[in-house]
Amino acid sequence: MNDVTNIAKTTAIEPSLGRAFMAMLGRDLTLAYRHRAQLANPLVFFTIVVSLFPLGLNPDPDLLRTIAPGVIWVAALLAAMLSLDSIFRSDFDDGTLEQILLSPHPLSLLVLAKTLAHWLITGLPLLLLAPVLGGLLDMSGEALGVLMITGALGTPILSLIGSIGVALTVGLRSGGGGVLLSLLVLPLYIPVLIFAANAVGNAAGGFEVTGQLAILGSLLALSVGLAPLAAAAALRISLN
Amino acid sequence: MNDKTNGHVRLEVDRLELTRNDRVIFTDLSFTLEAGQILQVEGHNGAGKTSLLRILCGLTMPSEGVVRWCGENMRDDRDRYYADLCYVGHYPGVKEELTPLENLAMVKSLGRIREGVDIEEVLERIGLPFGHEDQLCSRLSAGQRRRIALARLLVTDARLWILDEPFTALDIAGRRMVEEMLMSHAKAGGMVILTTHHAVELGDCNVKMLHLGA
Amino acid sequence: MLAWLHRLASPKRFHGLAGFFITWCGWGALVLFASGLYYSLFNSPPDYQQGESIRIMYIHVPAAWNSMFIYITMAIASLFVLVWRIKAAAAVARACAPLGAMFTFLALATGSLWGKPMWGAWWVWDARLTSELILLFLYLGFMALQSAIEDKDAAARAAGVLAIVGIINIPIIYYSVEWWNTLHQGATITLSEKPKMNTDMFISLILMSLAFKFYFVVAVLRKARNEMLEREQNSQWVKEMLGGSDERK
Repeated sequence: MNDVTNIAKTTAIEPSLGRAFMAMLGRDLTLAYRHRAQLANPLVFFTIVVSLFPLGLNPDPDLLRTIAPGVIWVAALLAAMLSLDSIFRSDFDDGTLEQILLSPHPLSLLVLAKTLAHWLITGLPLLLLAPVLGGLLDMSGEALGVLMITGALGTPILSLIGSIGVALTVGLRSGGGGVLLSLLVLPLYIPVLIFAANAVGNAAGGFEVTGQLAILGSLLALSVGLAPLAAAAALRISLN
Repeated sequence: MNDKTNGHVRLEVDRLELTRNDRVIFTDLSFTLEAGQILQVEGHNGAGKTSLLRILCGLTMPSEGVVRWCGENMRDDRDRYYADLCYVGHYPGVKEELTPLENLAMVKSLGRIREGVDIEEVLERIGLPFGHEDQLCSRLSAGQRRRIALARLLVTDARLWILDEPFTALDIAGRRMVEEMLMSHAKAGGMVILTTHHAVELGDCNVKMLHLGA
Repeated sequence: MLAWLHRLASPKRFHGLAGFFITWCGWGALVLFASGLYYSLFNSPPDYQQGESIRIMYIHVPAAWNSMFIYITMAIASLFVLVWRIKAAAAVARACAPLGAMFTFLALATGSLWGKPMWGAWWVWDARLTSELILLFLYLGFMALQSAIEDKDAAARAAGVLAIVGIINIPIIYYSVEWWNTLHQGATITLSEKPKMNTDMFISLILMSLAFKFYFVVAVLRKARNEMLEREQNSQWVKEMLGGSDERK
């Protein structure tokens, strides 16, 4: 035993950020895979919410086509928000989040890895399901195409902004974290909703959408750059 | 890492104060820990033992005071400090849905690790029965999970070990094993800070005591 | 620099400074309110288009301005909390939120009162009103987070992160709502449209805005000072200051 320790003092393998990032991502995906029964929940929720609208309004195709972009995006917003807690919750409960905070890597990049994993687990499936639901609401082919593009640009923003909200609320013992989380996160989701739903609506009407897509793209760049920093700061506070 | 050879490896704690909602937990707490020393923190429940350890890790922010690692405020260079630190806290930090092997592989990717460390060998050394390394940790007992948490100490190359109640849930053989780990770590020039309710047998090691609370 | 900042913002120093500002801004607010109300109610003409309801503007616009101004103040105070850990700044940020929410609500309520005669509806999805509504949500989120976290220092820092995230988002939200609004609304009278102002209207608006600002300074400092006193009740300077009454007992 002494020998092992002594040798280790003279040579050590320095931490590598790239390896840590990939390991973090891989770990979260493995965990999600081991709980794969729960992966479908946000998708089922998404489908149910969208199908409530024809039932609550009326199934007139013209009406559905008009409201479809907004309905799908609002439902995606809610589904993404409800799944946010999983980014940090279980790691907080079993103490692995402490270990992540104590690693010799920039915390924001590890948070980015976790957020990317969250998007792959929830955002991407929502994105893939969206055109099916769009079809149910009688959306046109062009509109579906733009829906996919806005989804690809917009759903990562939802995960990124959401990571800040979860990081702020993960330490709360009172169970009210969920409601509080929606109060913190939903107002910040509004720009995504506006530009994404509008782009899809415009595409359905045969109008230009590059402006909206450009704005969504820059919002995505902005959130990739800043959200992990804020979430990392929030985590350090939450674990205080 | 040039600091490895310059001989100034030490942890300085300078006038720490912790208040929680305006109640003073401890104040004016200073000590220095040199290479090869073990610090045992004692105190009744609520004296702030765990809080002190979390402050030393940089998890909790003290109301006053600084913690210096090799002469530098550790908040100014967290990455360097954390490469030298291994913390085993109240929660094991072991993912139940992963196997022991996967858990330690994660530790390996996150931190600075010992050259040529072999995870299976480490698991054997901490006394995990053969064949358990591929089981999900949720199937293991609390004591076995604690052992996996402690196995982090053997995987990383950390010089400073901060251990919160490391003997919890361990049987006598387990305690003996941890004591031996602590002793050989101190003899190799490492440092240990630990809290415990158990009587610890650390041989001829340089053990300092710190009493918290009245 | 840092030591200087901490000394300036030490609880005791803050108490004295706040007291100074409370007194002078208090008198200022009183004078400004008196003259502002006189101007806006009696000494300015009715609008040729909006009639007497233009006078609601003298409350609505200063309230809306204050709602923004207070959020910025709160975010700056939060920055001081996060970077320099200044206790007085935490007290200021905490005191800002309910005041900001109040002014936001006032702006919404007066906007709605103004809207009834002008639009024939209590609520219209006007860009400014919608943005104010979202701002109210942001304030409520800040307050909810602040009250959900038990430890006061942690609460101040967590809410501080939220305030700074909010301040980056506010321009984006405002822009997006503005843009959304121009697409969906026809040419109606909007709150944002500036009426042709004569001098008296302009003076009324300026006086009332200043009065609101001064009132805010007084209110936020009083709240923050009380909180500091409560938190520092065991410290030497508070005991000394309040000591006189103890000895008389």
